[in-house]
Amino acid sequence: MRLTQGTFSFLPDLSDAQIQRQLEHALSRGWALSIESTDDAHPRNVYWEMWGQPMFDTPDAGAVMRGVNACRQAHPGRYVKVNAFDSASGWETVRLSFIVQRPAEEPGFSLLRQEGPGRTQRYTVRGYAVERPAGRRYPETDR
Amino acid sequence: MSAPNTSARTIPMSARPSTPDRAGAPGAERYRSGVIPYKAMGYWEPDYAPKDTDVIALFRITPQEGVDPEEAAAAVAGESSTATWTVVWTDRLTACDRYRAKAYRVDPVPATGPGTSTPQQYFARVAYDLVLFEEGSIANLAASIIGNVFGFKAVKALRLEDMRIPVAYLKTFQGPPTGIVVERERLDKFGRPLLGATAKPKLGLSGKNYGRVIYEALKGGLDFVKDDENIGSQPFMHWRDRFLFAMEAVNRASADTGEIKGHYLNVTAGTMEAMYERAELAKELGSIVVMIDLVIGYTAIQSMAQWARKNDMLLHLHRAGHSTYTRQKAHGVSFRVIAKWMRMAGVDHIHAGTVVGKLEGDPSVIRGIYDSLREPFTSERLDHGLFFDQDWADLRKVMPVASGGIHAGQMHQLLTYLGDDVVLQFGGGTIGHPMGIQAGATANRVALEATVLARNEGRDVWNEGPEILEAAGRHCAPLRAALETWKDVSYQYQSTDTVDFTATPTLG
Repeated sequence: MRLTQGTFSFLPDLSDAQIQRQLEHALSRGWALSIESTDDAHPRNVYWEMWGQPMFDTPDAGAVMRGVNACRQAHPGRYVKVNAFDSASGWETVRLSFIVQRPAEEPGFSLLRQEGPGRTQRYTVRGYAVERPAGRRYPETDR
Repeated sequence: MSAPNTSARTIPMSARPSTPDRAGAPGAERYRSGVIPYKAMGYWEPDYAPKDTDVIALFRITPQEGVDPEEAAAAVAGESSTATWTVVWTDRLTACDRYRAKAYRVDPVPATGPGTSTPQQYFARVAYDLVLFEEGSIANLAASIIGNVFGFKAVKALRLEDMRIPVAYLKTFQGPPTGIVVERERLDKFGRPLLGATAKPKLGLSGKNYGRVIYEALKGGLDFVKDDENIGSQPFMHWRDRFLFAMEAVNRASADTGEIKGHYLNVTAGTMEAMYERAELAKELGSIVVMIDLVIGYTAIQSMAQWARKNDMLLHLHRAGHSTYTRQKAHGVSFRVIAKWMRMAGVDHIHAGTVVGKLEGDPSVIRGIYDSLREPFTSERLDHGLFFDQDWADLRKVMPVASGGIHAGQMHQLLTYLGDDVVLQFGGGTIGHPMGIQAGATANRVALEATVLARNEGRDVWNEGPEILEAAGRHCAPLRAALETWKDVSYQYQSTDTVDFTATPTLG
């Protein structure tokens, strides 16, 4: 499967040049960029691991790109995404978030059902990757 | 001067005595039984400076022949506040000056009157003291402002164009249960419009077949699918069946894509009790969103807004019925007023026009409506139909929904007109795709992401949109097919609801 979280997941994977242009766009809007990675991309796992702090004072897309590459090198088997955070009043939230690396194989999720009364079902979405312990979920590529 | 025959229920405005002006007269004279002009009753106050706490309404008035516009404005102020058709001495038991609405400004509407095809109209501003309104009640506000006054014979036609709601009053309303910011955080979807579709055909599918449409559309790339406004619990599909199959579809699609998905389960029903029952099942099944129709009424909407807030549920409002009173320019209520009331009443989504689709929508009017739903502060913009500065007092933002006759080939226009914080709903444009529903959804999602990517890169998507979409179609067969199928579809009709605006309207 292909995980389609993030703003641009239906497009072919972005090249570094394309990523850099999105970073420049975010910086031009005054948004702070941050990098996060995970080996558990469950749709409700909102707390991916932070790669350092959000870069509130980095005006240079090149520097952010170096951060992206460092994170990719450290976690070659993980999902990596870039978030752009807007601290303006009335927003104070992420305004753009897109995946910049995905594992070579994406095993996806199973749907577990528990029968309830009146034909109701209680649903659980569970990532196949989390059947393995943290840190060893994508062993073919992670170091 | 003798009073006219006060036993008649209708007194032509021209028959109302123009003198004496009893507004400044001593009490005994002012409150002598009989019929006097509304202006003379104190409903016209040209020197009045509205207070920050006043509710202000902007009416478009078409007076009857021979009725002075200031008198017509005063009559509207009177009939929407304390007045009755004749003088009543019991006013003197109250601090009646405070309870009287005050018409304080009248301007002729540009391009109406002699030499045009439209009878002379006037924009009248009327200020209402805050004491007149019950806290947190759209029903109470509406009962005054659009109550009896709209049937008043002294005006040929009357339209409520806009309102300024004071911060003091706004703070008595809950507002949207979720709001744009928290909705996006819950969905974990940022940086692009959300995508939806209404399940079609809107009537007749069994629950199982209905769920199929939902599953295909969500799996193909949409964020939401939607019940239509007239889906309730009909013989062909009981509401419980619909909910159970819909949630199976939502959860399957979520597991297949790793994204959070939703289906607007319409809980509109004949009673509040039935609506609560349906909403409770939606909650029990893990739905993130429920839906209501505007026709359930303002009070029912506010009740559902409270329920949604209590249960962490997105509340989607379909504006079924609004065109009966919002569409014609001379008479009714502008949709921008309804949009403002719905932000106060508390909905998270509201259908608010597409500009380019099959339904009514002038670009400037739509812009004013979208701004009123999404912005923390809207400034007076006569060219957008906004007559007042409006501080929204940190009331959460409503996500507008653009739905009706739109397709992937218009993505650059939709993004330019409507921005990022909108749900774009492609019903026919998804389900009618020649390669199937999943392909239709994928075409829309790819078109959207490609256009957003290009815009963020600084490209001029308004002019380069067709090339951008064509390029995206090179790696996406469903998008190529969509562009080919709907390339010639557009709706070029004159809007009926447009703004009337010149740089400086003044009373001649």
